[in-house]
Amino acid sequence: MNDLNELYREVILDHYQYPRHKGTCTAPCVISEGKNPLCGDELTLYLTLDGETISDVTWNGHGCSICMASASMLAESVHGISIAAAKEKLQAVVDMMHGKGIPAELDLGDLPVLEGVKQFPVRIKCALLAWTTLQEGLNQHGNEQRNDTH
Amino acid sequence: MSTLAQNKNILDVAAVRKDFPILATQVHGKPLVYLDNAATAQKPRAVIDALTHFYETSNANIHRGVHALSEAATAQYEAVREQVREFIHAASPREIIFTRNATEALNLVAQSYGRAHLQPGDEILVSTMEHHSNLVPWQLIAAERGATVRAIPVHASGALDLSQLDTLLTKKTRIVAITMLSNVMGSITPIRELAARAHSVGAVLVVDAAQGVVHLPINVEQIGCDFLAFSSHKLYGPTGVGVLYGREKLLEAMPPFLGGGEMIDHVEITHSTWAQLPHKFEAGTPNIADVIAFGAALSYLQNIGMEKIRAYETSLTHYAVQQLSRIDGLTIYGPGLEDLRDAVIAFNLGGLHPHDVSQALDFDGIAIRAGHHCCQPLMRALGVVATNRASLAFYNTAAEIDFLVAALKKTKQFFGSAR
Repeated sequence: MNDLNELYREVILDHYQYPRHKGTCTAPCVISEGKNPLCGDELTLYLTLDGETISDVTWNGHGCSICMASASMLAESVHGISIAAAKEKLQAVVDMMHGKGIPAELDLGDLPVLEGVKQFPVRIKCALLAWTTLQEGLNQHGNEQRNDTH
Repeated sequence: MSTLAQNKNILDVAAVRKDFPILATQVHGKPLVYLDNAATAQKPRAVIDALTHFYETSNANIHRGVHALSEAATAQYEAVREQVREFIHAASPREIIFTRNATEALNLVAQSYGRAHLQPGDEILVSTMEHHSNLVPWQLIAAERGATVRAIPVHASGALDLSQLDTLLTKKTRIVAITMLSNVMGSITPIRELAARAHSVGAVLVVDAAQGVVHLPINVEQIGCDFLAFSSHKLYGPTGVGVLYGREKLLEAMPPFLGGGEMIDHVEITHSTWAQLPHKFEAGTPNIADVIAFGAALSYLQNIGMEKIRAYETSLTHYAVQQLSRIDGLTIYGPGLEDLRDAVIAFNLGGLHPHDVSQALDFDGIAIRAGHHCCQPLMRALGVVATNRASLAFYNTAAEIDFLVAALKKTKQFFGSAR
């Protein structure tokens, strides 16, 4: 890859310039924070859960275009779906960034445009920050539920 | 254009560029424009050849074999120590210690001098713009000895805020550890004044000259510093070689840093005595070949003339700052156009993240640095998470600066008016 347009696909730039679901959440929600100390990227993810469904997602933070676009795309793609389906997408994105194949039947929407990033090892972390933050939020939620049942 | 013409009179850059094989490289199909010299400088053919030549003709361990190769290797290695002594105008080669890098040299002072001299309640004075390598070693020894690290704040211009020096520098201060030249902003510190001030309260001055040695003349006797550290690889020599200068009287009294071969005199099972300086601080087989090739780097630079190199770099830096500051929305951190500064330029482009900027420049074959530059406290003081940094060497040209400026304008356009 030697073209700026191949890495920074139009969809990525669009999410960067017009981020979706950006903001905070004042209602009770699961809050998780992610940081990439190497480049100073910081992200907070707010998950509103209704039973097993992610009924709302918002996020806030600052970072490079890849990191911000990935957060925006994450919010768009897990909004309104089940926790199980979100986990499936999360795994698919992580696998994609590490060069593993992803199930053909899985509808990832815009997310495959992020695949170009995997050729730039230092940027993989940027693309994955939102997703590791989602993982953290879902783990938190899982732990809370386990504690509640005890 | 006058700058271009003027530069040509100072130094024949076209000729100089031919000495650096890597400068003919293409990156992403474009000619390499290497502007990350503060991270590491490129190596002239003379250095690359010296490495090969050593391994092909003189390779042996030093200071031990009684055979021709060992004697040849030892002589070449010790000749570089003398070259370094002369380069920084130290009084004696016993004051020149080879380490792995500047970081190890600073750790040596912290672990040896620091451990022997710091008492609970003592203070170590650094500045907000220190590279982590001149900060973390002091934190480690301070925690161990119950001492505290304090910092001289830095103005937005990159200058030390010396107005608070009277409060910060007291009888409690045992060590003052300061950079000679900021690796982020290119600002220059008044180290002669700091040496005098440190000595007035009975503290020693440790100078981080990792950047300073590349761009400023160094005379340790005139500076009056007690220790000074730098590395070979930023001075066009190989990686894996650092230099610690230490005042002989201080080094004599200091305990060893690392133990092993070479640094001993007499060894029993329960105790040992130490070798004379400088060998007391050079445990184990040193980086012989790279030290010898570092000598070739110093010779190469001196053949061109350090004054010529500095004059050219000053002129090119002025041109770069002038051209960069004309880009709409570009912020330069540190000294302005008319301030004293050197060839390291930190900047941000509008609200664009430095990683995006340097990635875009990379596609044009331009190498700059993006990130916190191992200076997280300084980034916080500047109120940014990261910056871009272009750092120049004498093989860079005004045409390359023009190319950088054009690429930055293109980058700004590409990402639009985002954030």
